Amino acid sequence: MSLAVEFAYWQITIFKVVMAFVAVLIPAGGTVYLYLFKMVSFMQSRLGPMEAGPYGSLQLLAEVGKNAQKEDIFPARSDRFVFGAAPYVVLISTFLLVLVIPFGPDAYFVNFDTGVFFALAVSSISVIGILMAGWASASKYSLLGGLRAAGQLIAYELPLVLAVVGVVIQAGTLNLNGIVMAQVDGEIFGWGAIGNPFILTQFIGFFIFMIAVQAELAQTPFDMPIAESELVSGYITEYTGFRFLMFFIAEFATANVFAFLASVLFLGGWAVPPFVTDLAGIESDSVAMNFVGPLVMATKMLALTFIVYWVRFTYPRFREDQLQSFAWKVLIPISLVNIAATGLLKVVF
Amino acid sequence: MALVPGVVKGLGVTLGEVAKTLVSGAETIQYPHQKEDPTPRARGVIALHEDNCTACMLCARECPDWCIYIEGHKELAPPRRAGGKPRQVNKLDRFDIDYSLCMYCGICVEVCPFEALFWSPEYEYSEPRIADLLHDKTRLGQWMETVPEFEAYEAGSEVKVKKVPR
Repeated sequence: MSLAVEFAYWQITIFKVVMAFVAVLIPAGGTVYLYLFKMVSFMQSRLGPMEAGPYGSLQLLAEVGKNAQKEDIFPARSDRFVFGAAPYVVLISTFLLVLVIPFGPDAYFVNFDTGVFFALAVSSISVIGILMAGWASASKYSLLGGLRAAGQLIAYELPLVLAVVGVVIQAGTLNLNGIVMAQVDGEIFGWGAIGNPFILTQFIGFFIFMIAVQAELAQTPFDMPIAESELVSGYITEYTGFRFLMFFIAEFATANVFAFLASVLFLGGWAVPPFVTDLAGIESDSVAMNFVGPLVMATKMLALTFIVYWVRFTYPRFREDQLQSFAWKVLIPISLVNIAATGLLKVVF
Repeated sequence: MALVPGVVKGLGVTLGEVAKTLVSGAETIQYPHQKEDPTPRARGVIALHEDNCTACMLCARECPDWCIYIEGHKELAPPRRAGGKPRQVNKLDRFDIDYSLCMYCGICVEVCPFEALFWSPEYEYSEPRIADLLHDKTRLGQWMETVPEFEAYEAGSEVKVKKVPR
């Protein structure tokens, strides 16, 4: 399968770079407006931003403009280079993560055979950026926040990885497109009308994955690193203007990218259920899916980020010790049992 | 253990609030487009009924922020009855309240023995220049029009309700 028109390497590269920005920034802006500005306001019986654009839809642009013109302050004793570089490191992690996400049978940036491994590896880069920010700020709050973030992100990295292992065992591949195809070609006891999205068999894995994502993103039940009532804003306390904006974008863009990843791993990715493609009379990985796929992915991403923000604005914060013991004593044992059970059933069936 | 765990119930509360806001609108008011009706006894701005003021300085002395400035002079007023002596009265030269300092405690209104100060619920008098927040006695007198009639403190109370001097 290939498109009829051939493009030069530089054309494809420019196209991919532009699309990577689109894939990171458009969903981030959309979900921030839809959920962070509007849904949360509705949860608190208010309307949220209403002035900038119709229903406040341009509010985010106004915020970007506001932050872009603010002074870029470096604290007096900060390590200037590390302080300045930290937001880039955090943001880079998001962009590296989106590279392996398939949006269609051919609509991917890179198609690694070990896509899952790559995704989980680059998602940990943000820890380095956060530690850099915490350490270089020369501020107690930042340092405490940075160390808390490092401890939390490392603790929840494990259940994240272990939850994915179940999917990998069931799909039999580390390639993310392969995982999508394994789900769309799968059958539930011989009935293949909706394929076999892994959320049905790996619902424990899905549950753990979403909890771990919530913690990786430091969203509210797990927002000890930026606990505003005790640490001002944790590792981003000293950041202003554009660098603050980059942390902000990284936080919410990563939420979307993790939602993309979760929909690939558990919800069938860009594929639509086989009975739909049968009705349309096309193969489940035909060229048309390159155009339908991104929309399907966007829908699934919106549903999953809805859960993330719903949980975020419902629950109060975990205490630091509760947070750690929840990861080590609850999530990791459950996910280990899940892996063992998945492996056992894989051998049996 | 409850029938529905509190963890799940909490999610229901927030989602229910979203539905409620979508269906029946928000509790908040979109301020510049839509204005709230302050309650009659809301503390918006202090109005001065100049005729009642005797420049006794009680309000200025009780004011915690010292934001009331009063100057006055003595004057001879014509006698009340024919053949009497002319009366000595205090005339106000200056009565200013600096609303950039005022903390709306209402002590001046409370202590005024001659019913010269009143609360008005008006609240829209912000100024681009902070100095313009100093309201002189003319401006304070204009606020008198906005002072609502007193209401009984309790519904059905038989205590006579005072009248606002106009």
